[in-house]
Amino acid sequence: MPRLTTPMPGSPKPSEELAGSSPAGDAAAPVTVQGAASAELFGPGVEEKMRITGLNFFYDKSQALYDVSLRIPTNHVTAFIGPSGCGKSTFLRTLNRMFETVKGTRVEGDVRLDGEDIFDLDVTSVRRRVGMVFQKSNPFPKSIFDNVAYGLRVNGGLSRAQVAERVERSLVRAALWDEVKHKLHESAYGLSGGQQQRLCIARALAVDPEVLLLDEPCSALDPIATAKIEELLLGLADSCTIVIVTHNMQQAARVSDYTGFFLMGKLVEFDRTEQIFQAPARKETEDYVTGRFG
Amino acid sequence: MTSAGRRRRRDAVNNVMLTLTGLSTLLICGLLFFVLGYLFLKGASTLDWAFFTELPKPVGETGGGMANAIVGSAKMLALATAIGVPIGFLGGVYLAEYGQKGFAFVVQYLTDLLNGVPSIVIGIFAYTVVVLRMHHFSTLAGGVALGIMMIPIAVRSTEEFLHAVPRGLREGALALGAPKWRMLATVVVPAAKQGIITGIMLDLARVAGETAPLLFTSFGNQFWSPGFNQPAASLPAMIFKYATSPYADWHRQAFAAGFVLLMLILTINVSARLILSRSRLSRAR
Repeated sequence: MPRLTTPMPGSPKPSEELAGSSPAGDAAAPVTVQGAASAELFGPGVEEKMRITGLNFFYDKSQALYDVSLRIPTNHVTAFIGPSGCGKSTFLRTLNRMFETVKGTRVEGDVRLDGEDIFDLDVTSVRRRVGMVFQKSNPFPKSIFDNVAYGLRVNGGLSRAQVAERVERSLVRAALWDEVKHKLHESAYGLSGGQQQRLCIARALAVDPEVLLLDEPCSALDPIATAKIEELLLGLADSCTIVIVTHNMQQAARVSDYTGFFLMGKLVEFDRTEQIFQAPARKETEDYVTGRFG
Repeated sequence: MTSAGRRRRRDAVNNVMLTLTGLSTLLICGLLFFVLGYLFLKGASTLDWAFFTELPKPVGETGGGMANAIVGSAKMLALATAIGVPIGFLGGVYLAEYGQKGFAFVVQYLTDLLNGVPSIVIGIFAYTVVVLRMHHFSTLAGGVALGIMMIPIAVRSTEEFLHAVPRGLREGALALGAPKWRMLATVVVPAAKQGIITGIMLDLARVAGETAPLLFTSFGNQFWSPGFNQPAASLPAMIFKYATSPYADWHRQAFAAGFVLLMLILTINVSARLILSRSRLSRAR
């Protein structure tokens, strides 16, 4: 996939004949997301990993997500962008049912992983298949090895040799092995911020998730650490479906194949990344990606 | 007022406050050292090997010791820990991790109430429930009374240290597919472990000096008290008995016992603080 830079203000507006798009600026009509559910969006050979239909999210009485529908493509990087408070993190947390750890949250709608309703599956098995990396790295107060092995031991069924082998493989996939292989039994807290975040990625990868969710994983990191993580995500996408939430548009443009734009709890537009950044269908999207607000 | 004048005024206020707070600190430390020093002067000379190994001798005979009181206190404190710590710890885990709004509030309130119950009332309770049933005083009754006193502080300190574990750690474990109980047992409690242990040690130190509940539960014993079913001597109760007696020799022994008890409590307190400060240092980056 060609990578892009963000467009300059004043780039040509898209024609309004694009299939399924609402006229820009039509606030009264319900949001029909440009191509989000259409079969043509994904192109040949790209399968659907997760399908979200009509998702509404409530914190007690207030609503945070309104009728979100989209499909996540397998083994590609999908990014979600939008201003603070637009609901993209909330949306991410519904994909692995992490919202259930907070009291007073409620969800309506359908979320399917490989066609199965995640609310019918056992929650721990959903979370094993759909891993998550958080904004602020959260290594356990254990050794580096024990951190990565944690998920493996929770799920059980592996011999010590198998655990050790999986730990090494995950650390290699997370581009951290060379830096820690000589100190696996030291505390994870001795690592730098960027290394800790890669450790969290290794920890999430150890259980071989089908999907990896990343919630603004680089927002607390310096540019060099950020670049390392972006590079590793691009490499991971061949074997894992990546979904990343980011407030950094340039990152979304660099890293993702598909991008969704959230605004005030609604999915305004979802399309291939180059469309979103070069020829967005909606005015709100264009305003956002050209930096007119947010 | 000129700027120089304001400066002088600021300096003066500064000095006054520094003096006041410094004096208060000196007073507090002074009190502690005074008590320690007084007990040491009055009692340390009576401390000898016999004090720790021999039974009390009848009045008029010199020598003897409080070995039975030391062992009795140790047994009662062990029993108190065995009763108070599991209940307190599990209660604290419940409050911190599973509590529903209304019920948890009630439990917290009742725990704080229990903490405020005078120790002699707890003694009466243990008397009614254990001593009257068994028809005699016992180490068991003393241990039960002390154990009940340990529960509220164990609950609150466990709860507080569990709350201090960052939310991110819990989410990280849950996101890997760990069920809640496992997340608690393998990530949260180990992370709070040092604080919880410290809280329990301080709890123990506080309970070690309690006298009133022991007066009519374990009562006292001039001799060894094997097992848990017989009346037993304890350091606080012996101090009470010897200090209020008319015999100078017993007064000296009471001071010695007081000194030993104070050193025990001080040691527990200081080690607890050291453990806690070491864990705080290793956490801070």
